[in-house]
Amino acid sequence: MPELRTETMTVNMGPQHPSTHGVLRLVLELDGETIRSASPTIGYLHTGIEKTAEQKKWQQVIPLVERMDYLSAQSNSMAYCMSVEKLLGLELPQRVKDIRILIAELQRINSHLVWLGTHGMEVGAVSVLFYCLRERELLLNLNERLAGFRFFPSYMRVGGLREDLPRGYLAEARQFLERLPGKMAEYEDLLTKNEIYIRRTKGVGAITREEALSYGLLGPIGRAAGIDYDVRKAYPYLGYETYDFKVPVRTEGDVYARYLLRLDEMRESIKICLQALERIAPVGEYAVADPRITPPPKDRVYTEMEALIQHFLIYSQGFTVPAGEAYVPVEGPRGEQGFTVVSDGTNRPMRVKSRAPSLLACQVLERLIVNGQIADVIAVIGSIDVVMGDVDR
Amino acid sequence: MDANGIAEVLAAALPGVAVEVAPTVDLQSTLYIESEHLLSVLQALRDRAELKFEVLAEMTAVDYWPREPRFEVIYLLISVENRLRLRLKVRLPGNDPHVGTATGLWSSANWLEREIWDMFGIAFDGHPDPRRLLMPEDWEGHPARKDYPVQIRKKPESGSPTQLTAEEFRANLLKDRLVRK
Repeated sequence: MPELRTETMTVNMGPQHPSTHGVLRLVLELDGETIRSASPTIGYLHTGIEKTAEQKKWQQVIPLVERMDYLSAQSNSMAYCMSVEKLLGLELPQRVKDIRILIAELQRINSHLVWLGTHGMEVGAVSVLFYCLRERELLLNLNERLAGFRFFPSYMRVGGLREDLPRGYLAEARQFLERLPGKMAEYEDLLTKNEIYIRRTKGVGAITREEALSYGLLGPIGRAAGIDYDVRKAYPYLGYETYDFKVPVRTEGDVYARYLLRLDEMRESIKICLQALERIAPVGEYAVADPRITPPPKDRVYTEMEALIQHFLIYSQGFTVPAGEAYVPVEGPRGEQGFTVVSDGTNRPMRVKSRAPSLLACQVLERLIVNGQIADVIAVIGSIDVVMGDVDR
Repeated sequence: MDANGIAEVLAAALPGVAVEVAPTVDLQSTLYIESEHLLSVLQALRDRAELKFEVLAEMTAVDYWPREPRFEVIYLLISVENRLRLRLKVRLPGNDPHVGTATGLWSSANWLEREIWDMFGIAFDGHPDPRRLLMPEDWEGHPARKDYPVQIRKKPESGSPTQLTAEEFRANLLKDRLVRK
């Protein structure tokens, strides 16, 4: 009897696919439903932000970097500002640090909500998306209050914040934070003990601790695989060491572990936010008192000659940054995030390079899906939480 | 352990390798090494028990054109166990820049090196998959280089392509950069 001949089939998934979170193209070689090889192709969203930044003044880069990882805009701009502040040698007022922590943690909740919703939808629980976007809408409203812009507020500035918090912001943030735990229980009802969800995710796309280290996955994916590393604990910045919170770590390393871990992270973020709300004084400084870097308040610009000159200089020439190189890590929603910022002593950066956690997460995708089932690809892509804007920059 | 401590461990592990300690303003200790010793240094950094840099967190390059040596390749290494952070730098010439690949030591090096090849044209010898990463395969040039055209300020004349001389190009680059002391 002649041997049965089998052929593998090559399938293009993407670049336009609803579950690829942007424009990711996967060339899959299939043997039946099993994936024999996969090769991700990226670069469809490459916009040359890092090159563009070299032509801009230091402050003008902030809106650009916010558009890299478009689900955690304020973490990007905060990481960038902190690298520039390190080069300038600025020490921020305590109130600014507390506000930044509040905003960064709200941003983490925001990003995880979008992740949870889309991931749930992709594995078949469409209602999760609607619930998550309902809560995220409230966060976008908060952003709108903050700066009039819902996705990319550009509220961070080198040396502090653009302006003081708007009236009523803190109360509205507290209202949201008190509402969220009950809503998270609703999401858990939909997924955590859901038989279908568990079958689609448990043991799928698993990675060991050693592999995660080798792939540079410092973030939720690494922590789900047992790497006890969080920049907020390992190298505290902005005074995170004075806040009471835990870093959830799991050891299974599969999709289900990443799901549970991100939910725990959201709970810890709520705790941090509530502590920050206690600390932020209703009025006070919102930026460093350095006339070279911080523009004067508008009422002084309109009434004083010196303030007008200062305003004009900052907005036309910008400020110069001492020559040197800095990289300040922060814990973004997708893991360690930071900007390598190189200055040649002028008013424009010489090089801005983002450490993109999504790029490394996207790189590990091939390792996670090969020899798995084709249906698992969707669950795995969702669980590594890639944002293609951050991958391609 | 600071930069000097790491340099001492390296000197003990690899006699004859010049390690230059550089000042730094942030968390990372900074070391410069010669490009021909790169792989043995990286191996020692990863495997020595007192260092144990098991994560290559970030790689990038900086173009200091027209200075020579023109490029600096930066490796950002993290030791989760020993709570160490290191920025390792290699200087490369502008003419035919190439350096050994770290893909055998860390899996994360694969795409990071491809991105540097794509953006800067720095070759990584022995890389298993030396293709462009972000730009299309048929792209010409390496966009993140400083001499790659980005802003051309020249009045267009109909019928002739916008060509800049080298001097005009350099003047364009420096036009808006303000040095103030």
